[in-house]
Amino acid sequence: MRRDIVLRVIAKLLIPFMLLFALYVQFHGDLGPGGGFQAGVIIAASIIFYTIIFGLPEARRLLPEWIVETMVASGVLIYAGVGVLGILLGGNYLDYFVLDHDPVHGQHRGIFWIEVGVAVTVSGVMLKIFYMFAGRRRDEDNG
Amino acid sequence: MTLEHLPALQVVLPLISAPLIVLVRRRWFAWALAVLVSWISLAIAVTLFLEVGRTGVITYAIGNWPPPWGIEYRVDALNSFVLVLVSFTAAVVAPYARISIAAELPREQAYLLFAMFCLCLAGLLGITITGDMFNIFVFLEIASLSTYVMIALGQRRKALVAAYQYLIMGTIGATFYVIGIGLLYLMTGTLNIADLAGRLRDVGEIRPLLAAFAFITVGIGLKLALFPLHQWLPNAYAFAPSVVTAFLSATATKVSVYVLIRFYFTIFGTSILFAALPTDEVLLVLSIAGIVTASLVAVFQQDLKRMFAYSSVAQIGYITLGLSLANEAGLTGSIVHLLNHGVTKGAIFLLIGGIALRCGAVTFDRLRGIGRRMPLTAFGLVIGGLSLVGIPGTAGFITKWYLVLAAIERGYWWLVAVIVASSLIALGYVWRFVEAAYLSPPDERSVKQGEAPASMLGFAWVLVIACVYFGLDTSFSVGAAREAAVLLIGGAR
Amino acid sequence: MSLASHYSYWVTIFLMIAGLYIVIARGNLVKKLIGLGIFQTSVYLLYIAPGKLIGGTAPIVAEGFRTYSNPLPHVLILTAIVVGVATLALGLAIVVRIREAYGTIEEDEILAQDRREEEQV
Repeated sequence: MRRDIVLRVIAKLLIPFMLLFALYVQFHGDLGPGGGFQAGVIIAASIIFYTIIFGLPEARRLLPEWIVETMVASGVLIYAGVGVLGILLGGNYLDYFVLDHDPVHGQHRGIFWIEVGVAVTVSGVMLKIFYMFAGRRRDEDNG
Repeated sequence: MTLEHLPALQVVLPLISAPLIVLVRRRWFAWALAVLVSWISLAIAVTLFLEVGRTGVITYAIGNWPPPWGIEYRVDALNSFVLVLVSFTAAVVAPYARISIAAELPREQAYLLFAMFCLCLAGLLGITITGDMFNIFVFLEIASLSTYVMIALGQRRKALVAAYQYLIMGTIGATFYVIGIGLLYLMTGTLNIADLAGRLRDVGEIRPLLAAFAFITVGIGLKLALFPLHQWLPNAYAFAPSVVTAFLSATATKVSVYVLIRFYFTIFGTSILFAALPTDEVLLVLSIAGIVTASLVAVFQQDLKRMFAYSSVAQIGYITLGLSLANEAGLTGSIVHLLNHGVTKGAIFLLIGGIALRCGAVTFDRLRGIGRRMPLTAFGLVIGGLSLVGIPGTAGFITKWYLVLAAIERGYWWLVAVIVASSLIALGYVWRFVEAAYLSPPDERSVKQGEAPASMLGFAWVLVIACVYFGLDTSFSVGAAREAAVLLIGGAR
Repeated sequence: MSLASHYSYWVTIFLMIAGLYIVIARGNLVKKLIGLGIFQTSVYLLYIAPGKLIGGTAPIVAEGFRTYSNPLPHVLILTAIVVGVATLALGLAIVVRIREAYGTIEEDEILAQDRREEEQV
């Protein structure tokens, strides 16, 4: 599909907007449908779109395996880190009230960072699953 | 990080170690972190147990949202006991795992198994410690998904089929559970267990409650391998890596039993249980059917792991038998069997792991003459088998004692006969092992192999000694179980 | 209590039974996973449909509104959806490995291969 000029041009036009839309969904989670999981899936979808048009080796050059695996683990650590930060600042685990100078801003900050963690992990997991499935050796008989 | 955050740290520390293991992919680091985190979890669980004994119920509000709006971690006499059981099993199994996993898994995959082990531990501890119904579902699925992965890492291709079958049945079970708690939430408006117990009194319509009760029973029954929902267990235990079988047999089903006890006695209370629905009779019939048929099937197995897997189904039948009798002795017997069966089966499967390492397979034809070549392993297996039968001096006897007391208290003399008869059937399959190990000429293929490695044997024998210890000194096991039983029966309406 | 006003519950029950039937009756491993997904979808509907209160608006504090829909079922179901996705991904990964190990994803053929292997030992 890399040879088809229409597909290539459309892909190059659309993918930045898909990523931008993912960021919009990510930060709009507390005012409308959205949040970390949905944003992560849209990010992964845009990279998968790129992979379908330009091929798996290209995508592996863009986002090597070790980056994807690091994304999976570090998102969880960001989430847990926010929780531990709550303990260190004097509250309970995953306490957002103590994260800023007043409780409401603390809630904002806490929710922001855990959603970042969720988005990183979810996009990493979706990409890793896609890499695994797409990278499997194709059988001779596609039965 | 003072003592007051221990309930949160109990779950968070294993949870954090899983992504850390994935980041650093080295095998030695994965094993070392798994061992460290399981020992720290044991220390936290013991501290919580002693604290609950001193001061009563410990509650901890996650996110500082007061219950019932927020998620609450609530430690009382029952779940502190289960916490100690789960973390003790993990603390013994994790150091054992180094040589066993090195032999059974390819080098690149070892860190994945240890990451899943930490996640499973976090999930099991989370199920036990949380006081929120939906949080139980989340941790239940965390534990279950990591279990499916661990089973699928087994050596033979049948492990994949076993993991798939367990995945289907386990997910159906978890979804039934979610339906049940959905109905409870719709009727009462709360997800907090303690709050729910209070609000159930004021609910007008009883039919959704009965439906919720039925869904939760079937859902958790699938997870704890209640007969006839046990079909996934023999394959899953037989084809998983030895370490995984040992860990699961001692913890996964026990924690599901804990959830059932929590729902039956803390939330629903005896009024709905035994007045509106014939729960005790149904549980009684299913338990006896499970005990008898699973024990009989175990006698005819050719594979040692499969045989003891069926034995697990039978032993779970004993636990639910105590539940169905619903008096203090029965409940004490059930709760103490969580620990007794946990250490017994853990010891047995850890020793079988040593046999798998030395002999290559664990079928009866390979085991002939093992009593001479691996004396400590075979003797440990004999002790474990005696505990399964219920010989005085072993942990299994204590359980059978309390179950018999409970049966007599209810006037079910025929049940006493059934318990004794099933113990004789257990003697049947234990005798098969003794005959193969001690009374048969050695198998030519594995004549040169010696005893299992010292580290593996040492940790397996920790559990064997625990098996005998809890049969002789019951102050911890029965004391904690009786306290939990009194708390549950007293709290029930 | 008419059929029309409770149609969401009827759809829930239909999806639940359809999903369970597919899991039990179909021998293809991927079809079983699809049935599992349908079964889980019915549970999402069971939670979310009663969450919308009659006359309630979106659960964001705004002037002029007094009744808000219940946001808690949405949170619970987001979690349940993620769990369902993880289960589906894991199930499909296991099916891919089974296909490579056995050459088929039909349950009967897999069981037949296992039985033949056992008889040879």
